[in-house]
Amino acid sequence: MRNTQRTQKIAFFFLFLATLLIVIPVGMIVVIIFQKGIPAINWQFLSDIPRQGMRAGGIYPAIIGTLYLVLGAIIFALPIGLLAAIYLSEYAKDNLLNRIIKLAIVNLSGVPSVVYGLFGLALFVVFLKFGASILSGSLTLGIMILPIIITTSREALESVPQSFREVSLSLGASKWQTIRHIVLPNAIPGVLTGTILGLGRAAGETAPILFTVAAFYLPQLPKSIFDQAMALPYHLYVISTQVPNVDEKVRYGTALVLLTLVLFMNLVAIIIRYNFRKKKKW
Amino acid sequence: MAIRKIKEFAIEKLILICGLASIFFVVLIFLFLTKEGLSVFKTVTPFSFLFGKSWYPISEPAQLGILPLICGSLLVTLGAAIISIPIGVACAVYIAEIAPGKIKEILKAGIELLAAIPSVVLGFIGMVTLVPWVKTTFNLPTGLTALSGSIILAFMAMPTIVSIAEDALYSVPKSYKEGAFALGATHWQTIYRVLLPAASSGIVAAVMLGIGRVIGETMAVMMITGNAAVIPQSILVPVRTLTATIAAEMGEAVVGSEHYFALFAVGIVLFIISFIINVTADLFLHKRKF
Amino acid sequence: MVKFNIKNLNIWFGQIHALKSVNVEIEANEILSIIGPSNSGKTSFLRMLNRLNDLHPEFKMSGWLEFDNEDIRKINIEDLRKRVGMVFALPLPLPLSIFDNIAYGVKMHGLKRRERVSEIVERSLKQAYLWDEVKDRLDVSAFKLSGGQQQRLCIARTLAVEPEVILFDEPCSGLDPISTAKVEEAMLKLKKDYTIVLVTNNVKQAARVGDRTAFFLSGELVELDKTEKIFTAPADQRTDGYIRGKFG
Repeated sequence: MRNTQRTQKIAFFFLFLATLLIVIPVGMIVVIIFQKGIPAINWQFLSDIPRQGMRAGGIYPAIIGTLYLVLGAIIFALPIGLLAAIYLSEYAKDNLLNRIIKLAIVNLSGVPSVVYGLFGLALFVVFLKFGASILSGSLTLGIMILPIIITTSREALESVPQSFREVSLSLGASKWQTIRHIVLPNAIPGVLTGTILGLGRAAGETAPILFTVAAFYLPQLPKSIFDQAMALPYHLYVISTQVPNVDEKVRYGTALVLLTLVLFMNLVAIIIRYNFRKKKKW
Repeated sequence: MAIRKIKEFAIEKLILICGLASIFFVVLIFLFLTKEGLSVFKTVTPFSFLFGKSWYPISEPAQLGILPLICGSLLVTLGAAIISIPIGVACAVYIAEIAPGKIKEILKAGIELLAAIPSVVLGFIGMVTLVPWVKTTFNLPTGLTALSGSIILAFMAMPTIVSIAEDALYSVPKSYKEGAFALGATHWQTIYRVLLPAASSGIVAAVMLGIGRVIGETMAVMMITGNAAVIPQSILVPVRTLTATIAAEMGEAVVGSEHYFALFAVGIVLFIISFIINVTADLFLHKRKF
Repeated sequence: MVKFNIKNLNIWFGQIHALKSVNVEIEANEILSIIGPSNSGKTSFLRMLNRLNDLHPEFKMSGWLEFDNEDIRKINIEDLRKRVGMVFALPLPLPLSIFDNIAYGVKMHGLKRRERVSEIVERSLKQAYLWDEVKDRLDVSAFKLSGGQQQRLCIARTLAVEPEVILFDEPCSGLDPISTAKVEEAMLKLKKDYTIVLVTNNVKQAARVGDRTAFFLSGELVELDKTEKIFTAPADQRTDGYIRGKFG
């Protein structure tokens, strides 16, 4: 009996250790980036174009480029993703087609990001002749985040109680009216959560934009969706590996801005989800 | 009234079309990869492409054998799997079974945080902290090695492994656990003999999806593995993965060149690998015993 | 006048044969009570009348079901549900304000004029004896009401679309005796304008409000007769057993 107790103690200790092995590095990563990045952050860094071959100046074009890309991706992916989620949650029957759709979503979410890059290059840049542009990059990122939006939206829609639908239908409302006036309004927080998570993912990805939009060094703002643009994650990659003698501060500062952007979006998503669960009326 | 009917008819058709969009996009991705990628087999046979030992895409004539890249990907993935599977599953068990309420929430948030960190940021952090450490610890000419890649990739696989494995543990019916307790088993015995076997298919799926994430990972790996396209003899030398090859070389490849086609062919290989992993993982995920 | 004419109705949910050769005629302006143990098919029967069973993915039916001499499957489903209202077992307010709950049906049917909608809301709430309790807070969430008030809200919501028939699915199962009495009172008053079909687990409630009573068991209609007859001299032994509380 003593023996089993001791085994349990040792086992639990190791489980705890494993957990620390994940959590401590995560904490350290965040702390290091904040500690070393904050000294670099000032108004000029955020609002100026890169200067002296990206060794000085700011990262404004990269921030703006990322915002454009993320916005474009969401404009493309949100309507399609939401409607697809509505299809799966409200219309689809349990048949072969539905199973194939689910499988396709699973696959879409597993395709490596660099393969999305290749796809975007082949379809948007070369075949449709959009060139390396914000449009090509946004569409590529949009397709990449589609599975996130579909999956979370679908969960949100399915969490609306079936009884609400029955009540609405029993009052003579049509199926679409029921979805539009009862199901959707109650699923919005969940849809929003998914959308923001998708945004965060799109903002942080580099590989899909490598050949579809990203400009190595472009000290000006894009003028149209057919322009190339800088983007934060690619910029961080460039100044970390391609440009020698960059002040460490600039690298950490860029990493900090990117990390803050992504974590902020995740935080917003978590807060929405939390509030929604607390306020839930049923 | 009639207008409303027409409007509803239109929107319901639109919903159906969007519902099919995922299938459409998967097919589209595959079509465009093959459209560009298959051209390479006009000059190389599939066999010499997959098993050729040298990758010199811009020499004359180009040598397009991706075996070194496959080996690089496998080595880095294997290393990452060895690190992340035990730690990830152990962490999942800790979160699902042992951590008390509040700590559990904090840990889960920490894991979500890790999942949210962009890969380029992890790559950057790896470059400035891990790479020098590997270099001095093992007394190497460079710290940009397969080992460094494996360690960083292990961190990218862990959120997937932890969250899916935790879900699997969580969905084991309470009665299993209560039954084991009633027989006088300790908590650890219950976890080890009852919960883990009961959740095994979910845990397998978690591991597979984690590995899928590792194989497809690009930026971090490109930044810290050194990118030498040779068949690695040890884990302490630079390697180059399939993903990094595409990312690093596509910028220079001329559209329509043999090199360009070859990189798409590498993309096909990656697409097929991820397809197989995801479909199998999905099968495991839905093969619940209870 | 016969409102519903049901001949040889069989329904299935997948492998489950939920109703077996049911024959019923439901008269206009009567209260038909339906009693029976759980899983006897009484709710499935009720949900046939507004085709809510169609929502079940594996629902199948055979037989004849006429509403006002028209095959129920040929009537536009939204019109049918407008004409055949339903009050559910538990109070199920929609996650809207009190006002919007009542106005929901008519708005969906295309009524836009504000004053007209307000009139309907007021009239319906009065009919359900809820107006005085809520008239000063029509814009608060319906979830703020008590259980009994919520159920009367649901009745008012059904009345707002001016149905011809109202289906009650165990409307008092979650209510205390006082709220139950109020709902029953409302039902009796509604009888002169509406046809009412009431499914209930409470045998005494059936005795109190039903003109006629039907007894369902294992998907079969065992007996249907005047309520006094069912409760004093049932023709079938099983009916007698159920009413006396021998099973159920």
